[in-house]
Amino acid sequence: MLRIILSRLLQTLVVVFLLVTFTFFAIRMMPGNPFADVKALTEENKAAMERLYGLDKPLHIQYANYWKNVLLEGDFGDSFSMKGRKVSTLISESFPISLKLGLFSLILAMSLGIPLGIIAALFHNKWQDYTAMIIAMAGICIVTFVLGPIFQLSFAKPLSWLNVAGWSRPSDVILPAITLCFGVAAYLARLTRGGMLDVLSQDYIRSAKAKGVSQLNIITKHALRPALVPAVTFLGPAFAAIITGSFVVESIFLIPGMGQYFVLGIQNQDYTLVLGLVLFYGILMGIANLMSDLALIFMDPKLRNS
Amino acid sequence: MIRIIPLLATTTLAFVSCERRSDIEIANEENILIVGNSNEPKGLDPHLVSGVLESNIIRALFEGLVVDHPSKDSDSVDGVAFKDQIEHSEDFTEWTFYLNPEAKWSDGVTVTAHDFVFSYKRLLSPDPNWPAKYAEMLYFLKNGEAYHRSKLGHILCGNDPNFPLVWETLKEANFEGDSKIKPQKFKNKKFSELNEQELKKFSPYLTGEDTPDFDELNSKGSDLEALSTANKKVLFNSIGLDKLNRKQLLHLKDNLSLIKWSDNITTEVKQLVIARILSHHDSGKPKLWDKAQVGVSAINDSTLRLKLRGPTPYLLEVAKHYTWYPVPKHIILKHGEINTAYSSPWTKPENIISNGPFKLKSWRTNHLLEVERNPHYWDAEEVKLDGIRYLPIRNYYTETRMFGDEQLHLTYTVPSELIPLAKEKYAAELRQESYIGTRYLRVNTLNSPFDNPKVRRAFALAIDQKSICEKILQGGQEPASGIVPPFGDYKPPGLIKFDPEKAKALLQESGYASTSSFPDIDLLTTNSDSGLREAEALQAMWQKHLGIKVRIQQREWSTYLQNQYDFNYDIAVAGWIGDYLDPTTFLELWVTDGGNNNTAWSSKTFEDLLRKAEKTSDITTRMSILSEAEETMMNDIPVLPIYWYTTNYLIRPEVKNWNPLLLNNHPFKFIEIDKN
Repeated sequence: MLRIILSRLLQTLVVVFLLVTFTFFAIRMMPGNPFADVKALTEENKAAMERLYGLDKPLHIQYANYWKNVLLEGDFGDSFSMKGRKVSTLISESFPISLKLGLFSLILAMSLGIPLGIIAALFHNKWQDYTAMIIAMAGICIVTFVLGPIFQLSFAKPLSWLNVAGWSRPSDVILPAITLCFGVAAYLARLTRGGMLDVLSQDYIRSAKAKGVSQLNIITKHALRPALVPAVTFLGPAFAAIITGSFVVESIFLIPGMGQYFVLGIQNQDYTLVLGLVLFYGILMGIANLMSDLALIFMDPKLRNS
Repeated sequence: MIRIIPLLATTTLAFVSCERRSDIEIANEENILIVGNSNEPKGLDPHLVSGVLESNIIRALFEGLVVDHPSKDSDSVDGVAFKDQIEHSEDFTEWTFYLNPEAKWSDGVTVTAHDFVFSYKRLLSPDPNWPAKYAEMLYFLKNGEAYHRSKLGHILCGNDPNFPLVWETLKEANFEGDSKIKPQKFKNKKFSELNEQELKKFSPYLTGEDTPDFDELNSKGSDLEALSTANKKVLFNSIGLDKLNRKQLLHLKDNLSLIKWSDNITTEVKQLVIARILSHHDSGKPKLWDKAQVGVSAINDSTLRLKLRGPTPYLLEVAKHYTWYPVPKHIILKHGEINTAYSSPWTKPENIISNGPFKLKSWRTNHLLEVERNPHYWDAEEVKLDGIRYLPIRNYYTETRMFGDEQLHLTYTVPSELIPLAKEKYAAELRQESYIGTRYLRVNTLNSPFDNPKVRRAFALAIDQKSICEKILQGGQEPASGIVPPFGDYKPPGLIKFDPEKAKALLQESGYASTSSFPDIDLLTTNSDSGLREAEALQAMWQKHLGIKVRIQQREWSTYLQNQYDFNYDIAVAGWIGDYLDPTTFLELWVTDGGNNNTAWSSKTFEDLLRKAEKTSDITTRMSILSEAEETMMNDIPVLPIYWYTTNYLIRPEVKNWNPLLLNNHPFKFIEIDKN
């Protein structure tokens, strides 16, 4: 077990290192200029801005300085576009918001998707199965930027206690969470159905049935855990993706989460912000994958030895 | 798993029983105005920002000499200075402001004339690391430009009343340098291969036999001994006397002909100029504020005297702009030096002090910026609002929905696709008002076919401006007949209007035999939906009336900007909002090599007219000179006007005193929420 954890962590570190290095150089190749503005920059202004942010130093020195600051001082640098804000502050302020929204979404998605998948598997090829799968397909196809405004206009407008957008009341989390959860719920339903069908066709299930175990006990005690393996494999990375925020949902519902910074960082050519986000996201992904693997090992004894 | 469902149900029910009142109801009770402000502000330092959304916040926090009148354009009311006590000389070059001794910063310290002197000194700082973009707003001050751009000749010789030659004559010499002959612009070219137009650029500086070698210049530029005389002439004249380094100056001392002087300058004077500039270098390039004698001084704590570069009857219009606001000297110096630009530490929420009707309460990045009443403001009793909340709503559809759901008092805009809906559902709340700005097409006049003014004019006259305004934008915009929108006393020459027949004729005359011989043209625009629709309309119009198909090139914002700065475009959609109510805010953009020009168009006639207007004190005469300048420009037509801007926004009926203003810079001190 310890060996697995350590090797995964090492893998994560290597991946993150490569990711950040690639991004560091890729973002500097973008056309345009981080300091371009409607009001023209004089040559002197441009040079002054570059000096202020250390962009006048040779590339390898900038690269070395970046790692030095991150590893020794935990300083991800100052954002180019959000003047005076440290990237680490921007992340630490916005991540909890994205996390809250993401967790809500995920819980909703699991509550919706997994039961749907189980029902579909149990009534395989009957109308319940088809209905469930059509719903799942709809969830995958209807995108958030259609769903979001539909919810805003159908629920938030008429209901006085629900705001159209913003993040100032506890109830503000409801609509965006529902909007976000559909996609994940749909995938979970399909994966659960597939996993369940696979397990239900196994010999030991037939033995249990023959021995007189009730349908309910078959599902909950014998089939569920191994059936959820594909879903859990998916949940790891899905978790990381959801909790780092969806740009679209945050934009529609005016949520000050982390998702916005991904796009804003690129739009503004904010080198430090983009790098900080990539670093953070990479580590998060690595941890999420590790959690996913550990959960799998717990759930399916067959995997314990590999 | 199953246990989660009751948990979700109870939490949901808990929400349901929460706050039922709308955000607006609560805000009205608290007397707080909630406004959509389109994006996160890039900063709050009045000297380092340049955007409209930042100015919306700065206007609430700070106050200048005078304040915008709440309902009348081109008028102002008391600010830090008493409006009716303002004095000026008959020719409008000298102004005196008497400051209200009750004017205080939000920490109780009195605002004095010294704060204004400090502020102008700060904005004009010539420090190469000072990234202020709007310093030129203070060029109205005498010697302001000279100080900001370290014009050593002007400061060290021109300002000296005892100098043996007057500045008017002396300035004929090449102090500024000539960027057109910069060696880097001629990399890999041979002087003998230059065409007539390019050769003309060098003629003021070289004599007949001089043959510069660009390869040598670009590789050995710093090794003066190795360069030929011709090369040195090109190098020195591209840099200019003001910016030559010490080594170059010493070399020049013994070879006076390396720089272009003028016939009226004697050898003694030339040597004196060089000696003065050299001694500036030798004494460690000290700060030149005192020698520059910039036209701002504090006669005493509450009297500010301004000396301007020329007659400026419209000075109060300019002084309303946030670049003329005071910044707190005692706070800035507490957190750094006069020019500490990096993240402006004095503007951090825990440090910032301001002198306007409001002060900063809280600033959560990308979430909410809130200001609250400033109890030390000299006119605090008149201020009706207790606070303002600025929401950085980037998604304009969400903003309109939030307005409909009673979450905002005022939106930043209404997207053009929603205007028909707004006219129907929010007829009483929708405002469509003139906004002083022009939408136009910037043209790169360096490349064919747009180097031919007839082609440019043909393209301009083929634009059905009215259709764009009425069918695509629907925001009440008006077709633009020129680059300066109409307002006040200004009479636009009105040369451009839709005329497809004339456009076709001009295209014929321009010598392009058929439309198939026409070069490929890219129309550069932003990657917004409305930008695309506008571009498609233009594309269709040029196709229909001229038979020419342009390609639309959408680029994301910073690339779109940079391509124009780099002259990497054929024709680009662009816009400009005026900074103050005077035609010069639109015309000054187009001077040679102006930072926002980027068309390579240059006209001495045009610039001479602008300089002439700068020296004219009679208001009517001045306006007609500016009209003539615009006419000169629009005869050459380096930019193609499309429409004059309007601003479309939604505002709740209980918000009072928010009147239509051309500059759209409503003074928050007069705004009131009427709860009845």
